[in-house]
Amino acid sequence: MGMTIAEKIIARAAGVEEAHAGNIYVVELDHLMSNDGTTHLTIDMYNKLKNKKIYDKNKLIWIMDHNVPCDSPKTAASQKKMRDFARENGITLHEGDGICHEIMIEKYINPKELIFGADSHTCSYGELGAFGTGVGCTDYLYAMVTGKSWVLAPETLRFNLTGELKNGATARDLILTIIGMIGANGANYKAMEFVGPGMKNLTMSDRICICNLCVEAGAKTGLMEVDDIAKAYLREHGREAVDGFVSDPDAKFEKVYDIDMGDIVPVVAKPHFVDNISPVEEVKDVEINEAFLGSCNNGRIEDLRLGASIIKGKKVAPGVRFLVSPASRDVYAQALEEGIIDIFMEAGAIVVNSNCSVCWGSCQGVIGEGETLISTGTRNFKGRAGDKNSFVYLGSAATVTASAIAGKITRA
Amino acid sequence: MATFTGKVFVLGDDIDTDIIIPTEYLALKTIDDMRQYGFYPLRPELPSLISKGDIIVAGNNFGCGSSREQAPEVIKALGVSCVIAKSFARIFYRNSINNGLLLIENSDIQDVVKEGDELTVIPGQEIRYKGVSYKIGSLPDNLMDILNDGGLVNAMKKRNGLI
Amino acid sequence: MGATLIEKIIRRNVHDDSVKAGDIVFVKPDRVMIHDIFIPFVADKFHEMGFKKVWDTDKVVIIYDHMVPASQVDDTRHFRRGDEFAKEQGIEHIHRADGICHQLMPELRYATPGDIVFGTDSHTVTYGGVGAFSTGIGYTEMAGILGTGELWIKVPETIRININGKLRDGVTSKDIILRIIGDLTAAGATYKAMEFAGDTVKEMSVASRLTMANMTIEAGAKCGLFYPDEKTAEFSGVPLDEEHGCFTDDNDGDYAMVLDYKAEDFVPVAACPSQVDKIRPVSELKDIVIDQVFIGSCTNGRLEDLRAAAEILKGKKVAPYVKLIVTPASRSVYLDAVHEGIMKIFNEAGAIIMNPGCGLCCGRSGGILTDGETVVATNNRNFLGRMGTSKVNIYLASPVTAAKSAVAGKITA
Repeated sequence: MGMTIAEKIIARAAGVEEAHAGNIYVVELDHLMSNDGTTHLTIDMYNKLKNKKIYDKNKLIWIMDHNVPCDSPKTAASQKKMRDFARENGITLHEGDGICHEIMIEKYINPKELIFGADSHTCSYGELGAFGTGVGCTDYLYAMVTGKSWVLAPETLRFNLTGELKNGATARDLILTIIGMIGANGANYKAMEFVGPGMKNLTMSDRICICNLCVEAGAKTGLMEVDDIAKAYLREHGREAVDGFVSDPDAKFEKVYDIDMGDIVPVVAKPHFVDNISPVEEVKDVEINEAFLGSCNNGRIEDLRLGASIIKGKKVAPGVRFLVSPASRDVYAQALEEGIIDIFMEAGAIVVNSNCSVCWGSCQGVIGEGETLISTGTRNFKGRAGDKNSFVYLGSAATVTASAIAGKITRA
Repeated sequence: MATFTGKVFVLGDDIDTDIIIPTEYLALKTIDDMRQYGFYPLRPELPSLISKGDIIVAGNNFGCGSSREQAPEVIKALGVSCVIAKSFARIFYRNSINNGLLLIENSDIQDVVKEGDELTVIPGQEIRYKGVSYKIGSLPDNLMDILNDGGLVNAMKKRNGLI
Repeated sequence: MGATLIEKIIRRNVHDDSVKAGDIVFVKPDRVMIHDIFIPFVADKFHEMGFKKVWDTDKVVIIYDHMVPASQVDDTRHFRRGDEFAKEQGIEHIHRADGICHQLMPELRYATPGDIVFGTDSHTVTYGGVGAFSTGIGYTEMAGILGTGELWIKVPETIRININGKLRDGVTSKDIILRIIGDLTAAGATYKAMEFAGDTVKEMSVASRLTMANMTIEAGAKCGLFYPDEKTAEFSGVPLDEEHGCFTDDNDGDYAMVLDYKAEDFVPVAACPSQVDKIRPVSELKDIVIDQVFIGSCTNGRLEDLRAAAEILKGKKVAPYVKLIVTPASRSVYLDAVHEGIMKIFNEAGAIIMNPGCGLCCGRSGGILTDGETVVATNNRNFLGRMGTSKVNIYLASPVTAAKSAVAGKITA
């Protein structure tokens, strides 16, 4: 019987000929990513083990991005623990280089790989044909010590994309629309696979944005075929342009959706659920206190370019705080080079260091009681960005920037 | 201002405003929310020990550092009746007067006083400790006016005919 | 006998040439500055006192800097209260994310030579770098000024500090002021004005003078003053004459103390944990392993500071496991640093580049540390617990020492 991309990656990782949805496999992981959100907890558990041994330190990539730089003695202590452990055990450590998923994609991920990350948005690596998924500390620790873990091979929802985005819609609007369509638990435990003739019209940045948000539909991961666009990305980032897997013609999909990207319009996710979607027009004139352009979803150079093209020569509305956080050190470097940082700074934006920032919602740019934020971040749960009585709308880089200028939610 | 007696807490030189109330807690809504963090970096137990009428005795340069008025306000909110120090930093000095917190300059008492003992203050005249008197100065008139009004807010209220 | 600079400035304000140190006078400030931490308190006290209208809206500047960006959920309440108060009073000089108040006040010419300026922050003394008498006050007094347009002050005595000669390479104005604070002690200039003169001072940029004036509060001073010269006049956009507050130096005032320094005697120094007056030569501190470096603040976050650090960092990397945090003092400093390629150098070296603001210096975010960690910082205070727990070791030094230390991973001059 044919296999989906997800099944093929799991079969490879399990060292078996075939893998099929619904079965559990013992797999060997290619990378184990962990960030400062939870690594200190993993270390605490590790230190309680009788036989302390890391299976292969080269699989471990640790990245500080959630509270960078530190905002309290508590986060500083957690990070010190992580830094000291990485140093003692020779584990690759990034601190201040940007958001974990962006760094993983820029530097480490290869097609066909299986990656565990102690962060839910680890599902972001599908545009390179890799299966990334988020796990908790206990799963992470087991994999760290044994190099292995178990996975339940997921069913796959297939999205056949045709046409191209127009009418000011972006990949962000596409994936938000899909989440609205299938619901926040519409893909629970499942893989979401994106294929079709429309794929050639999506950039790598678009594809990362799409895979990244799959977890907001409950998905285990998002997956795509490795085409020339993906291969070009690999080459540009100093890696070998190897093939990925393609689902077999007779692979079994739980459901296949056909989506004409030409139908997509700019949308927002309204408070307090990611699947609470409506066209931007329907919420226009909602006044905002803060806007955020950044995160592992929309903090790449393409997003900054889009925002800059809208705000160039204009000003952020008085009283609105517009935070811009490039997703990584390389993105910041490129934005400097292209004069984009200039444009945001001239416009009155608050350009902050590369980190999770407002999307993490625990320090940098938190919002207060009764305040409204429009964000390119990944989540708009109640209280996600600060006070429990605050409101978060999610939108594209274009919508966020246009709203920052207008002081209210506005279509670009 | 009448004579009063209180239990003494002894602190050293250069007690800065970041010790009196760290920046981290400055955005708490009220002084009452902040008072539990008074002297937190140096002696976090102090807020639970100080009771109304107690007296702080310190060394040189008490209140140096920032202009945060929460520093004297927190000390006052803890119930401290006055601070006796060898010297005070100037912004802290102004802020204390403006909030009606009595400050007394004296350089002799520090050598003898022990934490937990009682000490009596006759404002403008002397400190009495274990039967010995220590002379203290009085404030210039314009400052005494503010203190007697109960702080600058009241002085301004009076000026604006509100009291 | 001539007059001290502080006497000249106050005489001009009160129109009385007999005023001298020790007198208590009421002055009418030329400008006042309120920052985000205290704006809610100022607004509340202002109303509580029974005032309705600010005496002169053009003279009031509101600046958000300590809390930009917000790091705690209640922080934004300060922005909302500030915005409300500005709107209610018609205050137009409001800067919500443009940088540190003490950089913006002189940079945007809110504080110019001969002015009297009060601010709700202790480092308001900074504007002495352009020959303004500026000093920090509490929020209650600020509320009073907003209603009355005046404040009583005692005219301070002056400590005159002459510095002559040529500084050695690698020695900055930060090293000078740290050494002077060490000599005077943290309370050595309490209630007094510090007045700087001499050919070394004349050679200095306005930025270097602002650095020194900024730190005079750490010796307890009411203000730290520099006589305006051509550089000041250009920086502040005023003609260089007494009518415009650019007073000349009599060098014949009734000084409480006169200190003479030879520029050649200054060496790179650091203030050691946890007192600003605990000064030691950096050469005696070498090999102290560090965890973090902070370049920024109203003391040393200006363009010349970033330039000096970038020169050292160019083509190099920050030492492994060490964080270098760079926080430009203002939006224009940030933009200039972008245009000069300085941000590129920092980014390539591995620095964490923050938005303009107070950042780590005010200890609310921007690189907080934990027990046992050591930081070399270019700001003005190393008080216990200032940047995290009370077991953090803070060494204050120049941007040159900070950048060299970041590369070496240990304190280095």
